Amino acid sequence: MENTGPAAVAQIELSQKAVEEVLNLYPEKARKNRSQHLTVKDGDCAGCQLKSNVKSVPGVMTSRGCAYAGSKGVVWGPVKDVIHLSHGPVGCGYYSWATRRNLAEGTIGWDNFVPFQFTSDFQENDIVYGGDKKLERILREIAQLFPRAQGISIQSECPVGLIGDDIESVARRLAKELGLPIIPVRCEGFRGISQSLGHHIANDSIRDHVLAKKQGEPPGPYDVGLIGDYNIGGDAWATKKLLEESGLKVRHVWTGDSSLEMLQTGHRVQLNLIHCYRSMNYIARHMEETYGIPWLEVNFFGPTKIRESLRQIAARFDRTIQERAEEVIAKHEPEMSRIIAAYRPRLEGKKVLLYVGGLRPRHIIGAYEDLGMQVIGTGYEFAHGDDYERTVPRVQDGTLIYDDLSAFEMENFVDGLRPDLVGAGIKEKYVIEKMGIPFRQMHSWDYSGPYHGYEGFPIFARDMDMAINSPVWSLLASPWGEKLVDKNRLD
Amino acid sequence: MSIPAPLTADWLKTEEYRELNFARRDLVINPAKACQPLGALVCALGFDGCLPFIHGSQGCAAYFRNSLSRHYREPISAVSDSMTEDAAVFGGQNNLIEGLRNAHTLYKPKMMAIFTTCMAEVIGDDIKAYLENARKQNALPEDFPVALAHTPSFKGSHITGYDNMLKGFLETLAEPRRHSTHLRLYVVPGFDPYPANLREYKRLLNYLGVTYTLMPDYSDVVDAPNTGEFKMFPGGTPFSALREALNASGYLFLQTYSTQASLKFVKNVQKIPTEAVPIPLGIRNTDRFLTTVADMTGRRIPAEITAERGRALDAATDAHPYLHGKRFALFGDPDILLGLTSFLLEMGGVPVHILSSNGSQAFAKEMEDLLHASPYGREGKVYVGKDLWHLRSLLLSEPVDMLLGDSHGKYAARDAGIPLVRVGFPVTDRVNVHRYPIVGYAGVINLISLIANTFLEDKDRNADEAHFELLR
Repeated sequence: MENTGPAAVAQIELSQKAVEEVLNLYPEKARKNRSQHLTVKDGDCAGCQLKSNVKSVPGVMTSRGCAYAGSKGVVWGPVKDVIHLSHGPVGCGYYSWATRRNLAEGTIGWDNFVPFQFTSDFQENDIVYGGDKKLERILREIAQLFPRAQGISIQSECPVGLIGDDIESVARRLAKELGLPIIPVRCEGFRGISQSLGHHIANDSIRDHVLAKKQGEPPGPYDVGLIGDYNIGGDAWATKKLLEESGLKVRHVWTGDSSLEMLQTGHRVQLNLIHCYRSMNYIARHMEETYGIPWLEVNFFGPTKIRESLRQIAARFDRTIQERAEEVIAKHEPEMSRIIAAYRPRLEGKKVLLYVGGLRPRHIIGAYEDLGMQVIGTGYEFAHGDDYERTVPRVQDGTLIYDDLSAFEMENFVDGLRPDLVGAGIKEKYVIEKMGIPFRQMHSWDYSGPYHGYEGFPIFARDMDMAINSPVWSLLASPWGEKLVDKNRLD
Repeated sequence: MSIPAPLTADWLKTEEYRELNFARRDLVINPAKACQPLGALVCALGFDGCLPFIHGSQGCAAYFRNSLSRHYREPISAVSDSMTEDAAVFGGQNNLIEGLRNAHTLYKPKMMAIFTTCMAEVIGDDIKAYLENARKQNALPEDFPVALAHTPSFKGSHITGYDNMLKGFLETLAEPRRHSTHLRLYVVPGFDPYPANLREYKRLLNYLGVTYTLMPDYSDVVDAPNTGEFKMFPGGTPFSALREALNASGYLFLQTYSTQASLKFVKNVQKIPTEAVPIPLGIRNTDRFLTTVADMTGRRIPAEITAERGRALDAATDAHPYLHGKRFALFGDPDILLGLTSFLLEMGGVPVHILSSNGSQAFAKEMEDLLHASPYGREGKVYVGKDLWHLRSLLLSEPVDMLLGDSHGKYAARDAGIPLVRVGFPVTDRVNVHRYPIVGYAGVINLISLIANTFLEDKDRNADEAHFELLR
């Protein structure tokens, strides 16, 4: 991976210059803060210590969300047979309504509530007099109207914590009255500094209110749990297919196309496979400590990482699984080679700049490298130190690494480094495209996918090629250039 | 109330379920309304060089920007001051001051608009005092223009936020009214999800030769050209026009429910000659818009506009058999619903269910009057404060031929087996909808095409071979 040739040296210089230029434009206090969140990988990486998981600088245009987004949007949202009540004013539930592509099977409104927004729609009276009474009535109405809902989660929005409502006591009382699990989640948006605390709070609420609340069948020898695969565009289905082809049985997915029962019996597996470490490591560690279930981080982006992951997983089981895994690899690799042969010539040497969350800033690098592409910048919205420890070894010298990138920094970095492709979120997408640079949303797969597994890689390759090599980009400049523009006509 | 244990999902489609669904008092399911600060942000984008500044939790800013970018497929720039737990305890003054300093230095806006999230409202932050302190601490130049608005999410909806922000701009940044006013008509479009509508207003006003300012005008911000260069501030109503806004010769409001407070402010407080017309959607509403402009400015309607009207009428006569007698359900913001209903009635369409999650009783009354004035409106029922789960029950128990509304309506439309023609905010699953005006005579043609061609597509797709005809 290490590359200390002249190209790497040039890339190091280019990246360092980009960082310096950006920092020079900040007011002093913000500059001091931001300088600790930007670094460039160089040889021994003495300077690769990044500060992370601290408050965003006010006014810089961070991409980060809030604890509610991390709990309701990420962890709880894909639990399809539970009704997630956005408790507070209407906005939070509205903006997170069916906007994360957690595909789920089931009858909408009957046993699948993923594309819904349930809200207590707080009015001024609820703020003044408290919302607990209203919450009680709402919980009863839910039970009446949705008899197949297996439980209710109460996702707290900012005002709930500020006005001192006691949702825990309401949840306890009503759970008994209605005979339903009711899970209070204290994920008010002002808690913590990003989505990340919301993930943690949601994990803890599952630990306290859900996990092991049902005994479930004892695990078979090959039973595994898939943790942190949110089934974006069907990712978890692609992953599941791959694992089951290898002889494993995926008992639970946390949380993509998930049922409450999966979470209740989550402790009945031999091994937990973690896809998104950041958002779900808490529950995996808990299961390890309490039930002795080991966990393993896996990566199903691109044939190289799929191969590595399948072998790592198989090594935890017996010869049967090890042989099956090799068979699966041997079966799919010819097709993968065909995909690479088709796309690599079109993508070789193209430079990619990533800015995402969770696991993708490191996990997806291998898939780009399979296509001959180079990641020249990567970073996270809400990572912690352990994420960067896992990232730095994965990237080449000269790679720019950034934490909680602001819109200002992103625009400047893209302008300075001129990547061939940027992968980030919806807030970044149109800025970058307006700069004339190809872009793919790497949270939502730009409404495509799946990208996981052998099923996903051909789609990934097609999408990256489509973005970079679209003929549309060649039309940007008008044939008359600046010279023939009659500037007066624009007014 | 005890109900027998239902056996299948079909129970959700029954009359019994509808009654139970309409009996709920507190739970809200799939409401077609966002919260105030989203509307405030849209309003702020309509002023040239204005950077929206959200005082409160940063997650809100992320949500607003995501939602607007998904609808417009455009960059949406806005900052927040990232208030967290300590700000919840001590107030957000430090965040606001540091945020203003950073945003001003980095993004070099010409002005800023500060508005609040519910967190700041619940703890009662005094943003006016904070702003003064920010100036004292040199976070901003003394004369740097900043508009202020309180936009609590637990009151009203996004249209209220748009209105409060607009009033905030006028109150904070417009100079006091002088005796000798200039001859400039100020036209306020209201919360309008279509940049093409704003452009259509300007095109018509230009034809009339009126001296006017469209305010706020975000058409160039949410529909910016791709030139290979990103511009954070690609246009909008200029500060000079905002500063002179209270010296207008008159105000014309093209929506009323999304502009109530601003309308009251210019008309009753500032005593500026003010007219309000229904959104110019449909032939009659467009006629009324143009004649009102003509009356207010003394201009005549040019022949070209009369010809346009004639072409729209021609499109209407050509296409009326595809709309006449068809039954419609509609949902969305009050103003746009009044326009759509007026248009449907003109075409002989039959509005059956009209639902507005953020509609008031006054809106319901106005809508009922509109329905009663037409023989095609007799069946129409208005539902205010209801949501899309209510609408689903309505569609299943009293079927219609088509649903008009935003993308969220696709689930109910699918369950009812009818097409959804996307109108309003947000449209997140079709491209370029916002680039075609639905107002003016051009809008009449676009709406007719959308609705009639959707019916015709369905007819072809569902026809057996014998009835698969070349002529429709």
